[in-house]
Amino acid sequence: MLLTLTGVTKTYATGEGPLTVLDGIDLALQAGTSLALTGESGSGKSTLLHLAAGLDVADAGRVDLAGVNLTTASDSGRAALRRGKVGLVFQQFNLIPSLDVAANLAFQARLAGSHDPAWTAHLAQVLGLSALLGRYPEQLSGGQQQRVAIGRTLAARPQLVLADEPTGNLDEATGDAVLDLMLRLVAETGAALLMVTHSPRLANRLDRRVTLSAGRIT
Amino acid sequence: MTTGLTALLSHWLRHPLQLAMLMLGLALATALWSGVQAINAEARASYDRAAAVLGQNRLDRIEAGDGGPIAQGLYVALRRAGWKVSPVVEGRLPGTGLRLLGIDPLTLPPDAASVPVSTGADLGRFLSGDGLIYLNPDTAAALRPDDGLPDLQSDPGLPPGTGVSDIGVAQRLLGMEGKLSHLLVTPGRQPDGPLPQGLVRRAPDGGSDITRLTDSFHLNLTAFGFLAFAVGLFIVNSAIGLAFEQRRAMFRTLRALGLSARGLIGIVLLELLVLALVSGAIGIGLGYLVAAALLPDVAATLRGLYGAEVTGTLSLRPGWWLAGLGMAMAGTLLAAGQSLWRLWHLPLLAPAQPRAWARASARSLWRQGLAGAGLLGLSAGLLAFGTGLTAGFGGLAALLIGAALCLPMILILATGLGSRLARGVLVQWFWADTRQQVPGLSLALMALLLALAANIGVGTMVSSFRQTFVGWLDQRLASELYITARSADEARRLEAWLAPRTDAVLPILSAETPLFGRPGEVYGITDHATYRDNWPLLSATPDVWDRIAAGQGLMVNEQLYRAKGLALGDAVDLPGGPLPVVGVYSDYGNPRPQVLIAPEALMSRFPDTPRLRFGLRVAPNRAEALATALVAGFGLPEDAVVDQASLKALSLQIFERTFAVTAALNVLTLGVAGLAMFASLLTLSGLRLPQLAPVWAMGLTRQRLAVLEFARTLLLAALTLVAALPLGLALAWVLLAVVNVAAFGWRLPMQVFPADLMQLGGIALLAAGVASLIPVLRLARIAPASLLRVFANER
Repeated sequence: MLLTLTGVTKTYATGEGPLTVLDGIDLALQAGTSLALTGESGSGKSTLLHLAAGLDVADAGRVDLAGVNLTTASDSGRAALRRGKVGLVFQQFNLIPSLDVAANLAFQARLAGSHDPAWTAHLAQVLGLSALLGRYPEQLSGGQQQRVAIGRTLAARPQLVLADEPTGNLDEATGDAVLDLMLRLVAETGAALLMVTHSPRLANRLDRRVTLSAGRIT
Repeated sequence: MTTGLTALLSHWLRHPLQLAMLMLGLALATALWSGVQAINAEARASYDRAAAVLGQNRLDRIEAGDGGPIAQGLYVALRRAGWKVSPVVEGRLPGTGLRLLGIDPLTLPPDAASVPVSTGADLGRFLSGDGLIYLNPDTAAALRPDDGLPDLQSDPGLPPGTGVSDIGVAQRLLGMEGKLSHLLVTPGRQPDGPLPQGLVRRAPDGGSDITRLTDSFHLNLTAFGFLAFAVGLFIVNSAIGLAFEQRRAMFRTLRALGLSARGLIGIVLLELLVLALVSGAIGIGLGYLVAAALLPDVAATLRGLYGAEVTGTLSLRPGWWLAGLGMAMAGTLLAAGQSLWRLWHLPLLAPAQPRAWARASARSLWRQGLAGAGLLGLSAGLLAFGTGLTAGFGGLAALLIGAALCLPMILILATGLGSRLARGVLVQWFWADTRQQVPGLSLALMALLLALAANIGVGTMVSSFRQTFVGWLDQRLASELYITARSADEARRLEAWLAPRTDAVLPILSAETPLFGRPGEVYGITDHATYRDNWPLLSATPDVWDRIAAGQGLMVNEQLYRAKGLALGDAVDLPGGPLPVVGVYSDYGNPRPQVLIAPEALMSRFPDTPRLRFGLRVAPNRAEALATALVAGFGLPEDAVVDQASLKALSLQIFERTFAVTAALNVLTLGVAGLAMFASLLTLSGLRLPQLAPVWAMGLTRQRLAVLEFARTLLLAALTLVAALPLGLALAWVLLAVVNVAAFGWRLPMQVFPADLMQLGGIALLAAGVASLIPVLRLARIAPASLLRVFANER
């Protein structure tokens, strides 16, 4: 099993007292499969994604990714795991504004020491970015930026792709096109995909679907 | 309106640190500016009081046409002819530095009634016996009982350093028996007909000599105060710019809810002016403290350099603090100008762009750079073709502002080059990201550039001056001992006693006389190897010493030479006939024109010159024993025998004190620049998260990001330092070769001190490191939840 969450609980302190966002979550994801995470706003979807990526640590339970217990791993250990095994795609794209498209595409792969120029070029071509390599993020449309973000994620050949509302900022047609590309390329790399989405239509295109409500899987 | 204002002010409650930065920046800017102004106002008030003594700034006076003394008989003849004039004797008391004014209270014009004795009960004591000297209490306290003076009477109405006595007493103390300095003319009708031959009537001066002499010093202080004010405004601009950017959405909401653009600008202005008023008041309080701390050093400088007496205590003048508040408000409006302009043109429906402020377009930076290049050209033109102090300071201002405007462009080019040359992915990102930070940090970096350049420039000038001054002192103070006799008879006995015991006894003779219409000095210089071998000549005819000794020429000091554009061979008018210039010598620290002639020529032209001071050449190892023998054998007071080392130490002490104020202002300006850096980094740190969070998400730890942020700040500071080096050296050159020449009349050779520059570089990097410490530590310890908010979808 590539990703396992066992009895995971996460609580945040708020002005009105502690707020439990995830409450005893159990979840598993096999390599090469995809899972859609749905639920209403505030149900804990993004938090679950963040814990799976090792961006945050669970208060209780454990998260295992590629044989590593993220709950007990050090900050630098989790960072190394993110670098080498995880790819993240966000709704806001979160490209690096100071780097051009080519540098953005190669960034994580180079950071992880797994940069393959031929593979990156292939991704750029498939994603329709070959003509945009010298541009900066602010010069791209939303759809183009998200394609760069997907390319950046896949260029490092991660074992797990975590996508948080990757088409949330795009219109339906562009969103569908981007998602098609992402699913195709994820399949091509053999990575597992965990995607957070509000849309049942998009969720239905993935292998499995899990719905969260008030921090629990329903 | 009130609702809108409440909404705007709520921002500051949520961002207290930002408010503190804004107020601190404005308070510091106001403090340094108003502190310097307080010092200047105090000094000028002292000069005015000195000039007002005896109504000299209001009454006509009669003087000898050649600037020399007037025979007392002429005064008597004028009175008999019906002239309503009153005699005055004026001079400095040897050994005390006291400016003594001798008056005749019975004929003194009513306009000169600032002197207390004209109506006082002590008139009898004033006129009789040993007499009485009226003095400022501080001056009276500084005089010692063994100075051999008459009774002293304190009068707080008199300016420091000035004493008033009966004319007979002053004539005796100043060695001017039978002579008068000038006559005060009582306003009203005077007899028709011309004045006797050799006398001229002069209208009162608009400003005293001291005012004119010290103008350049005060201009220097003002320039420094203004620089510090400008640097402080960078902090204000940074804080206001950020606050405007963060409240952009709020502005838009207020406008959408029906507040007019005019109304919105009105409440923002009101908010700014209230903040300016409060911060300005704090700044004025701080300025008072700065001025009080610096005033003793300034007073010592003015005394040492110009002989100007300034009281060591500050008074709170309404004009001063009102001007300070005015500057604070004007500065705030200036710093907020760009933000107000943007607010006026704020499109109601544009999407929020949180980083638009920090991401000034490349085009505007290039435009700014071009404007800077234009100013650098203007500076070069002013310095090459302009004349005088105004052109010098104008060139200096254009140089500094031009270079500051060019800085962002230079940094963008440098970081772009670094980015192209970098190999590793992190290094590439580091350079590219640093390049993107330049617009947001540009104001702070410009402030740092100005502060560093000022430090390098002024530091190089002071060090060059010190090195030149020390060498010059070695040349000028060649005699091992200097002695002053108390009377002509004692001087003769001393000369006779010393002749067999020394290698040479060199009389030091001097007389005061106008030179080209300004009060000047004539010195007699003995033809001796001491001077031939050591005198610091800048330019001379080959036979300079022979012609001086033969009474066929004179030497002029550099300040007179430059001020009058003299050349070798030009004639200089002196009583007894003109003499040609045969040499020019450096004469640092002396604000007055001076000429050197042979002692015999001096005595024939100024026969009453006292021969009381001597330089003694003796083997250095015998100097101390000889000094002891002189004090013991002749009962000379200890300060009448001064050895070379003490004199040099005293001169250097005056020198160091002269630049103590400059050094203090330097440190304060650098401190303000460091604070500007801190303010910018702190305010930018919140805006940085969207750029840093993705890199963190991709596998870089917060600690590593923090280290990179720290390195980024150091890199930008180092690049600014590199830019500040040529600018600072250019500034030093302008100060040494243009401003000093215009202000003081002497030009100094420029020397570069690499060790000092390296030390300053270290301090600059340290300041930048300290300034970035809090934002960097914050980043290193930031909660993941804060970084994750960057990726949050439901915003």
